[in-house]
Amino acid sequence: MGCMATPESYVLAIGTKKGLWLATSQDRKQWSFTGPHFLMSEIPSIGIDTRDGRTRIMVGVRSEHWGPTVAHSDDLGATWTEPEQGAIKFPDGTDAAVERIWQIYPDAESRPGVVWAGAEPISVWKSTDGGEHFELNRGLWDHPHRSEWGAGYGGAAAHSIVVNPSGDNVHVAMSTGGVYRSLDGGSSWEPRNKGISAYFMPDPNPEFGQCVHKIAADAAVEGRLYAQNHHGVYRSDDNAESWESIAEGLPADFGFVMLTHPRRAGTAWVIPLKADGERIPPEGRLAVHRTDDAGGTWKRLDAGLPQVEYNAVLRDAAAVDSAEPAGVYFGTRGGSVYASADEGESFAEVASHLPDVLCVRAAAVADAKVAATVSA
Amino acid sequence: MAEISVVLPSVLQPLAGGQSYLTAPADGTVTVGWLLDSVTEDYPVLARRLRDETGALRRYVNIYVNGDEVRRLQGLDTEVAAGQEVLIIQSVAGG
Repeated sequence: MGCMATPESYVLAIGTKKGLWLATSQDRKQWSFTGPHFLMSEIPSIGIDTRDGRTRIMVGVRSEHWGPTVAHSDDLGATWTEPEQGAIKFPDGTDAAVERIWQIYPDAESRPGVVWAGAEPISVWKSTDGGEHFELNRGLWDHPHRSEWGAGYGGAAAHSIVVNPSGDNVHVAMSTGGVYRSLDGGSSWEPRNKGISAYFMPDPNPEFGQCVHKIAADAAVEGRLYAQNHHGVYRSDDNAESWESIAEGLPADFGFVMLTHPRRAGTAWVIPLKADGERIPPEGRLAVHRTDDAGGTWKRLDAGLPQVEYNAVLRDAAAVDSAEPAGVYFGTRGGSVYASADEGESFAEVASHLPDVLCVRAAAVADAKVAATVSA
Repeated sequence: MAEISVVLPSVLQPLAGGQSYLTAPADGTVTVGWLLDSVTEDYPVLARRLRDETGALRRYVNIYVNGDEVRRLQGLDTEVAAGQEVLIIQSVAGG
């Protein structure tokens, strides 16, 4: 058991079907693990909040028996706090209960304390106290389309939340329902899915109803967004007014992951799966694909990845850190986690044989201390 | 005053200060819903583990009154009398 402290460290959090594992590293190569935390509960969402001079890890926890909750730790998992009255619950009169927290999204550096959450049933939430208490976004909950939103295979959820630097523009993606945009900080919402296919519906180009799997914002170009759809990879250059395909050059246009660079314009990563009906890496060969020109071209990245891998990567089981060069991390449903310290050029397996990986998050932190008691 | 005991599974006992059962005073009969409100009043996290925010019993939480699971009786409206024992047991679930 050791306790380390350095001025520059990295934290990696791995949420699985049966608990959470945490790791720290000084070089993004050697990782010291603790876990499982929350054994036998699934961890479908994680937010690492490095604002306010602290490292707060927030987790959506869900027990099959005892329901969902949000807990947080300010000491890298040594202790966890669950607010007594519950961090997230539907208010009286909604006749709804939170089933699962799918997304925990710390807002911009300029808005410390603000954390967004996406949940099942389809709902968006906002905290102004660092994730200790969330309020339901009534504009989206009361939207007239809500009764027509559907459930994907994993449940009906708002799973992606993207907020622009000024905080006025908020984009949400839901399965199924598609992309909704607010121009007033989340008060009112309109669907923005022009160009995104919903081939599984009678009208393949509806105003809403798409199964958008993940959206992410370009780091440096305001109004540019990327989407991994249920078949289809898209970019918008006009704040989601319209979407165009950027799937050419990829081995498949199905998948769940969409990551963007923390600073550089035009850089994004996807992890393709073969098809809706064949949810495995194409030909059983797992690879990450990166574009550096906003989807014009794609580069296959598989150095360090296994020759054969038939497990899928889920929508939040991938993340980037904010370091230079950016780290890229992802985990499979087979319980392997891969990390790259060079933007995907090479990967190393940092954990294996974990339960199904549901969520991965990573961050560069000023001063990480962890008691390394368990190796994954 | 007579009491009704609610026996907790071991996994939930840390949420009730380590107690293996909780008691509520009761003259005559009360409903299971009232009983849960009463015994979890000081333990809000325990309350949320048993019921969601609409008040519904979580799907894999079973409550037995005299050996009968309350869903086969009148649910949370099932009446319990002083001296009877109420058991909370998690059902077999998960993979």
